[in-house]
Amino acid sequence: MNSRVRLALAVALLSLAASLLAAPAAEIPLNERRSAYEDMSRDNKAMQDDDTSNPGMLAVLDGEALWSVKVGASGKSCADCHGDAKTSMKGAASRYPAFDTASGRPVNLEQRINLSRQQDQKAQPFAYESKEMLALTAYVALQSRGEPIAAHDDPRLKPFIDKGRAAFNQRQGQLNLSCGQCHDDNWGKHLAGNTVPQAHPTGYPTYRLEWQSLGSLQRRLRNCMIGMRAEPYSYGAPEYVDMELFLMWRARGMKIETPAVRP
Amino acid sequence: MKQAIRQVVGEAHVKPGKIKLDLPPLVENGNSVTMGVMVDSPMTAKDYVKAIHVFTEKNPQPNIISVQLGPRAGKAEIQTRVRLADTQSVVAICELSDGSFWSHTVDVIITLGACLEELP
Amino acid sequence: MAARTLINVPPKAKRGEVIQIKTLISHIMETGFRHDNVGRPIPRDIITSFVCTYNGEEIFKAALYQAIAANPFITFHTVATESGTFVFQWTGDNGFAQDASAKITVE
Repeated sequence: MNSRVRLALAVALLSLAASLLAAPAAEIPLNERRSAYEDMSRDNKAMQDDDTSNPGMLAVLDGEALWSVKVGASGKSCADCHGDAKTSMKGAASRYPAFDTASGRPVNLEQRINLSRQQDQKAQPFAYESKEMLALTAYVALQSRGEPIAAHDDPRLKPFIDKGRAAFNQRQGQLNLSCGQCHDDNWGKHLAGNTVPQAHPTGYPTYRLEWQSLGSLQRRLRNCMIGMRAEPYSYGAPEYVDMELFLMWRARGMKIETPAVRP
Repeated sequence: MKQAIRQVVGEAHVKPGKIKLDLPPLVENGNSVTMGVMVDSPMTAKDYVKAIHVFTEKNPQPNIISVQLGPRAGKAEIQTRVRLADTQSVVAICELSDGSFWSHTVDVIITLGACLEELP
Repeated sequence: MAARTLINVPPKAKRGEVIQIKTLISHIMETGFRHDNVGRPIPRDIITSFVCTYNGEEIFKAALYQAIAANPFITFHTVATESGTFVFQWTGDNGFAQDASAKITVE
């Protein structure tokens, strides 16, 4: 083989190797997606299934109470504008993160609630992971339990879904791992006694046994990044909302389980 | 744990049997483990379970729960969720109306979460 | 501030029927064995006692310890003897006291 062909072959092989290294993790085929619920023990499944034993339902009850509390300079409650949550909030959580025209980017459910609090109720926003925020998001998301996660196909969302996908597939942290390497490529395998889930956000806010409390998707994402020995962003960072959006898009069609129980 | 048991049982002889402790052999997260305890007893005024006590071998504190029952219970069966610090034995002891003590011991394996988080 | 409770008692039962009662209460059950992020011990804060009465008569009593998981869930049984009210009382560290009640119709 002459040297020019050899050079061309070498270049081809190198670029192939480079593209393999940079290639995103293979997406899970839509019909192979499964919720981490399936991997739980019989007892933990029972905890989620039974509304009288699911600890997340305590927060739902708090959220139901908060829904009718008049707050802020407006003296209005959520109910004053939104009426009965069972009707007005049906399907709402399945559509979030959703595009917010005013800010020109997607917002998640927590941000949407805070926008309403500040702009409409003229009240202080709730902090992430505060008792009130968890209660309200749990109550609102419960109204979508059993509903399929929306397609998130609003064209304005596409660039943000792409950003979330890029973050999902980017290697990071001291372990130099990407989310996709575990959750797309190695789901179902075991890591230190636990089954690697596909990581679909079907049940947020979720009662995680590790936390012994309810927690948001952002809290879970921060834990993942800490676990990967990467620097977590602050709560509310746009990078997280983009990731949440990508994860919800990736889970489109899967049923909402809020309030889910997870180990 | 032995001392905690003696505080409840005194010098009485504890026999294995009658009481059943239901715990999963392999636990996903030791922070919340579903635990059932039941005693085979007719729960009549003459023959009933007075108390159920559950102990742990390796938790920092040996007691888990102590329950007082009587014939009004109808069934000597409880369920709760407990914390188990490490792979260990859990012992359930019941005291019957005739003063006898019975026990059941279960070994539980606790797996730790893979991605350990810091406190927020 | 009141702790949220969730009680499940069958609304109706036949006289003599053995019914199951399920109780859930919001409580951190801080063991006293944990430390905060600067190494200081977090003081114990748990529910220590749970009592249930049925038309004023005690039918169930439990002493709880640190090993009871957060947001304590307890189920037990009782014989449905007459219509009336179940009263549930939880007490614990730092003067914690919470009660809840549920009614039953017994035919």
